[in-house]
Amino acid sequence: MPSLLFCGPKMAACGIVISIWGVIMLAMLGIFFSAKSAVLIEDVPFTEEDITKDQNPPQNIYSLYNQVGINCFIAAAVYVAVGAVSLCQVRLNKRQEYMVT
Amino acid sequence: MTPFSSVTRRKMCIRESGSEYDCISELGELGLVEFRDLNPSVSSFQRRFVSEIKRCEEMERILGYLLREIHKARIAVPEEDESPLAPPPRQVLEIMEQLQRLEMELSEVAKNKEKLQRNLLELTEYTHMLKITQTFIHSRSRHEALGPQYEEFPTMETDSAGGCTGMQRLGAKLGFISGLIQRVKVEAFERMLWRVCKGYTILSYAEVDESLTDLDTGEIGKSVVFLISFWGDQIGQKVQKICDCYHCHLYPHPENDEERADVLDSLRTRIQDLNNVLHRTEDYLRQVLQKASESAFSWVVQVKKMKAIYHILNLCSFDVTNKCLIAEVWCPISDLAKLRGALEEGSRKGDATVPSFVNRIPCTDTPPTLLRSNKFTSGFQSIVEAYGVGDYREVSPAPYTIITFPFLFAVMFGDLGHGIVMSLFALWMVLTEKKQNKKRSNNEIWTTFFNGRYIILMMGLFSVYTGLIYNDCFSKSLNIFGSGWSIKAMFTNQQWTNKTLQNNALLTMDPNVSGVFNGPYPFGIDPIWNMAVNRLSFLNSYKMKMSVIVGVIHMSFGVVLSVFNHLHFKQKFNVYLLFLPELLFLLCLFGYLVFMIFYKWLAFSARESNRAPSILIHFINMFIMQGKDITPLYPGQTGLQIFLLLVAMLSVPVLLLGKPLYLYWLYRGGKGLRRRRGYERVRRASEDNSITPSYDDDEEEGFDEVSNREPLPKQFDFADVCLHQAIHTIEFCLGCISNTASYLRLWALSLAHAQLSEVLWAMVMRLGFKITTKVGVVFLVPVFGLFATLTVSILLVMEGLSAFLHALRLHWVEFQNKFYHGTGVKFVPFDFSLLPSVFEQEGLL
Repeated sequence: MPSLLFCGPKMAACGIVISIWGVIMLAMLGIFFSAKSAVLIEDVPFTEEDITKDQNPPQNIYSLYNQVGINCFIAAAVYVAVGAVSLCQVRLNKRQEYMVT
Repeated sequence: MTPFSSVTRRKMCIRESGSEYDCISELGELGLVEFRDLNPSVSSFQRRFVSEIKRCEEMERILGYLLREIHKARIAVPEEDESPLAPPPRQVLEIMEQLQRLEMELSEVAKNKEKLQRNLLELTEYTHMLKITQTFIHSRSRHEALGPQYEEFPTMETDSAGGCTGMQRLGAKLGFISGLIQRVKVEAFERMLWRVCKGYTILSYAEVDESLTDLDTGEIGKSVVFLISFWGDQIGQKVQKICDCYHCHLYPHPENDEERADVLDSLRTRIQDLNNVLHRTEDYLRQVLQKASESAFSWVVQVKKMKAIYHILNLCSFDVTNKCLIAEVWCPISDLAKLRGALEEGSRKGDATVPSFVNRIPCTDTPPTLLRSNKFTSGFQSIVEAYGVGDYREVSPAPYTIITFPFLFAVMFGDLGHGIVMSLFALWMVLTEKKQNKKRSNNEIWTTFFNGRYIILMMGLFSVYTGLIYNDCFSKSLNIFGSGWSIKAMFTNQQWTNKTLQNNALLTMDPNVSGVFNGPYPFGIDPIWNMAVNRLSFLNSYKMKMSVIVGVIHMSFGVVLSVFNHLHFKQKFNVYLLFLPELLFLLCLFGYLVFMIFYKWLAFSARESNRAPSILIHFINMFIMQGKDITPLYPGQTGLQIFLLLVAMLSVPVLLLGKPLYLYWLYRGGKGLRRRRGYERVRRASEDNSITPSYDDDEEEGFDEVSNREPLPKQFDFADVCLHQAIHTIEFCLGCISNTASYLRLWALSLAHAQLSEVLWAMVMRLGFKITTKVGVVFLVPVFGLFATLTVSILLVMEGLSAFLHALRLHWVEFQNKFYHGTGVKFVPFDFSLLPSVFEQEGLL
């Protein structure tokens, strides 16, 4: 079986750091988007139509908020996977280092 | 020992007899004292212990060779936790002997190995050559069998069908030269042969599959086997010369196939034998190196300590009887007992008849400065010392820097998210510091960051605090307590309607309408400002005022610290003639500005906001003394301002002339009104708080040696002192204005950081949110990775370094020039652990 190691120790460490940061930050962003925080209004991609042609304001905007929030949660889950992969790489690197010396 | 000021120093004289080596070894282990050079005029070749040092250096050379061989053989050198003591002189010879023996053995083995390898290479090349030329000959003979297409020459099988007609016609003898040449040179070789021999030679060549090592250069490269057939002796000589030129390895070409087979066989057996011998030699070499590596570390440390001790012994002088060694050291008073203990220990170890002892000697030089610090304060200490080591017993700004430096950094960096990331990074470094200390990386940048880990931790924590105050987390505000502004109130009070919303792009919230503004946000800036278009106007005004306030406080603190210096050096007149005018000037002008800022913040509310006065106009009017047309801020403003201006103006001449005049008056005998009488002058001189140092008991730390900064000189140069004071006055007064303005960089950098952070979010992170379907995740994941990388590289590293630099500059220039001289010399004790190791630097250990 070919070696599963594809990145060096530093890259794997970077991977772990960014994954942990990604999980925490994207999860919090997901929570804030779901809570319809006003500060994040600029980040929600609404158009002029969403405001003017809304049957039941502000439901359009709210649904957009929810969608972005769900995206954030999914991205957080993806980063959990990336973190797991990086952790494996770190372990493999340590084992290889141990075997060489 | 407080970190306020440096430790008092005494000059000691250590007399040793017979046990110098051990005494100095003890002192080196403890790292207490700094030795002075008593023989500065003697060159290093004429000193007393030159031969011992030469011996040590010889041992170091051998150790270097040994370590390089061990490193080449990839054997690890085990390090011991406790470093061994310096060996006594009798053990030195043993070590020297061992090392010399090892060196001889190693060099012999290495030489033999090289010879064997050369031999092996020759044999291998010969084998290849024979095999490959065999194919040449056979291929040619095949061609010959087809018919005499070439006129050149027949094969060596003289009985074959081809016939030797051509060659015999010419009546010349056919010769062969065969050998190996490097691949890169083959084309040039061929061309040279063609040009020189004009086609009377045939060159056939083929590449060797195996890459051979060229022993002279150590390169591994491809070689080519060639076979040159020529006829004629002269051509033969020319060919020989050309081959020599191109550094070919030539081997004799066998006459026929049987001979070739014989030679191949014998070569094979010889190669086998050689390989065996080589293996055994390598094993033996490895064994020797393995054994040596076990004691290599302790040898290195012992030799290093020995050499250091002999260097120190060279600094000492011998007394008249030539039996006693005298050393002069600087020693902190608090360590005197330890010093005595160390000397006793050394005398005991050295079995001396007369023990070594210490006396204090009076001295007039300023001692070097020692400030004790632990791993936390040493970082801050080093950034203060980078500007200048403090004078002996001067107030050190280092303990205050522990708080003010991270605070000023944080004011410029204030972002909650970035602060958290920075603190976590520093926390990781602090928690794994034992492991990192063992690793001892060679990367300078990493070592710099690692040594400043506590500074970075403090900076991060303070940034979290200022991030909460600026309410800025990755450029978004957090609404923790609920905003104090309510937009709904603008509607309920009929200020705005739906039509207003449709017709206007921007609307202003009026805090005077009831219900709109419900009181200030409990901690920090209200989160609604994050969404306001006029956010920067508000924040700029706030941050600029805050910078001026922080600046004036920091500078006043610096001026106040100078009082401690004046009082310590018993220059009480400085308190009245320097400190007081300086403080009055600073506070009357810029302290008043700070007061006006606070007054405006407190006295004017939202109701009067449209007629709130401009502080700047009032301040300027104060100086040009015009202010009749505008309404005063408070009753009595003009009177107070004139008073403050007068005080400030008066303090300038006091600052300029006060000290020179006072010193002149002192020099003239003081109390000039009374007539001078002889004995009174003597009494005056002894009462003078200028010169007399006091010889005190060792044990008392209360009464310190008073080393005066400015001893009353025999000749008092009034012009010089005047000039000096004039420069100081101009520097201070102009400096007050420029330094206060300089603190505005606190505002500038925090604005830059906030804007950069906002731009990064808007241009990078927002892209990830653009697509709202689930496909958007495919964009969000890499966009976040990019955002994180850019945040770390631009906002944390670049902005962090920039804010660090500016905070440092504010400390070095604006704060420290109010009180700090920084012209001292650092105390460098003789300590074995501080000595650099050449081998560690080369990465051999």
